[in-house]
Amino acid sequence: MSSLICPRQSLTFRARSYMAFAFAPQPPIADWLADLDATLERSKGFFAGHPVALDLSAASLTPSEIVELVASLAERGIRVLGIEGIEPNEAMPGLPPVLRSGRGAQEIEIPEPASASPAPAPPPQKQEPASLLIDSPVRSGQSVVYIEGDVTVLGSVGSGAEIIAGGSIHIYGTLRGLAMAGASGNSRARIFCHRFEGELLAIGPHYKTADEIEASLRRGPAQAWLDGNTLKITAMN
Amino acid sequence: MSDEKSGRVVVVTSGKGGVGKTTSTASLGAALAHLGQKVVVIDFDVGLRNLDLVLGAERRVVFDLINVINGVAKLPQALIKDKRLENLFLLPASQTRDKDALTEEGVAKVIAELRTKFDWIVCDSPAGIERGATLAMRHADSAIIVTNPEVSSVRDSDRIIGLLDSKTEKAERGECVDKHLLITRYHPWRAARGEMLSIDDVLDILSIPLIGIIPESEEVLRASNVGSPVTLNAPLSAPAKAYFDATKRLKGEQIAMHIPTESRGLFNKLFGRKAA
Repeated sequence: MSSLICPRQSLTFRARSYMAFAFAPQPPIADWLADLDATLERSKGFFAGHPVALDLSAASLTPSEIVELVASLAERGIRVLGIEGIEPNEAMPGLPPVLRSGRGAQEIEIPEPASASPAPAPPPQKQEPASLLIDSPVRSGQSVVYIEGDVTVLGSVGSGAEIIAGGSIHIYGTLRGLAMAGASGNSRARIFCHRFEGELLAIGPHYKTADEIEASLRRGPAQAWLDGNTLKITAMN
Repeated sequence: MSDEKSGRVVVVTSGKGGVGKTTSTASLGAALAHLGQKVVVIDFDVGLRNLDLVLGAERRVVFDLINVINGVAKLPQALIKDKRLENLFLLPASQTRDKDALTEEGVAKVIAELRTKFDWIVCDSPAGIERGATLAMRHADSAIIVTNPEVSSVRDSDRIIGLLDSKTEKAERGECVDKHLLITRYHPWRAARGEMLSIDDVLDILSIPLIGIIPESEEVLRASNVGSPVTLNAPLSAPAKAYFDATKRLKGEQIAMHIPTESRGLFNKLFGRKAA
């Protein structure tokens, strides 16, 4: 019964030190921000996700100016984890905490984007071939939206049904509904169907309704692609 | 109602109105009962009930489906026994309420109880895709999709098939509702002149197995007006024969399919088509 009151280990707290970028703004702050912008222009996202401390010892700012500065940095995607160089009583709720006893390290070179040295950019993401296979008919009123890639339908797409794909659309049955390929801006996307009786074809922002499509193409295999800004539809034989 | 049964729930549905759902429900229900099955037909068209009229039971309605769902009446009190077929029962809809009176739990309870007492539970769906129609199909094991050979009816049927594959209990369990296509109001002479969709066109668009083709006939209208399903009122007429064949196919019998031809009321064997 004594186990009802579990003996608990007392909480322990340990100190730990981290490396962080330290910004030391010089007055006037507006000029300093302009310089920062120029730097960021050359190396976009360099500080993104990294801890940044603000050293305000050189720039005597009022609490409201500090708030404004932190907000300006946040607008540039820079999150301030702490402020040093101000008195603890100047700290305000909503502002990052006051840091003390920071130790300096060497200056950090911001790499030029054109530099030949291998950039510390994230390794190119391995592209999985994105495609969606639908092995049943797509019925009237159903909507298949797949922005990630190609859509293949083994059955027919009913009148009043729609297929929207980021990539190309392949229909092995009859297309009676609506097909929109290249919905994510891929102008090389195409639409292929085994038998075309569709209501609307679109690639990216360019579309044609059934009325605008040559009657001779109906009831046969067809493909649609973009030639510049023109949606072209031809029979596939 | 002593021996426990495990009835099959069939929904008769279409999406579009006026294609012959209620007529087909009554005709198939009567044909099943005639073949010795114990059958209940349920009218889900709350507020616009018709099945009682088509079955000639309108003057004997005391309690209805909504009363049973609300607990006002017990199920046996609401069931109306047909005067001609002792195996055929009707559970009428309420005419004074609307579809919102149907609750999911209430319908589930009624269907579960009916399953233990009948061989077949035939649900007459209202038109549309709203509450009444979705609750009528909710518990179905099989569906009969009633379609006229014209484009608007076919497209609405396509929509309903999509709902049968997604909104039913069976679909949500990852199973598939058996779907059967019943083509009604087929005019042999119009089809011959190409004035309406051919059977092949309809089958190509809907791609579900055909269970029957009911020819357009005055007999159907006449039967409805006297409150008797055509399968009882004129059992030797062409539409009644087609309904009987469809009923046997629903029961799993293999019966050759014939497309009605222009020769009045006679089935021509030239276009034999096997039910899939």
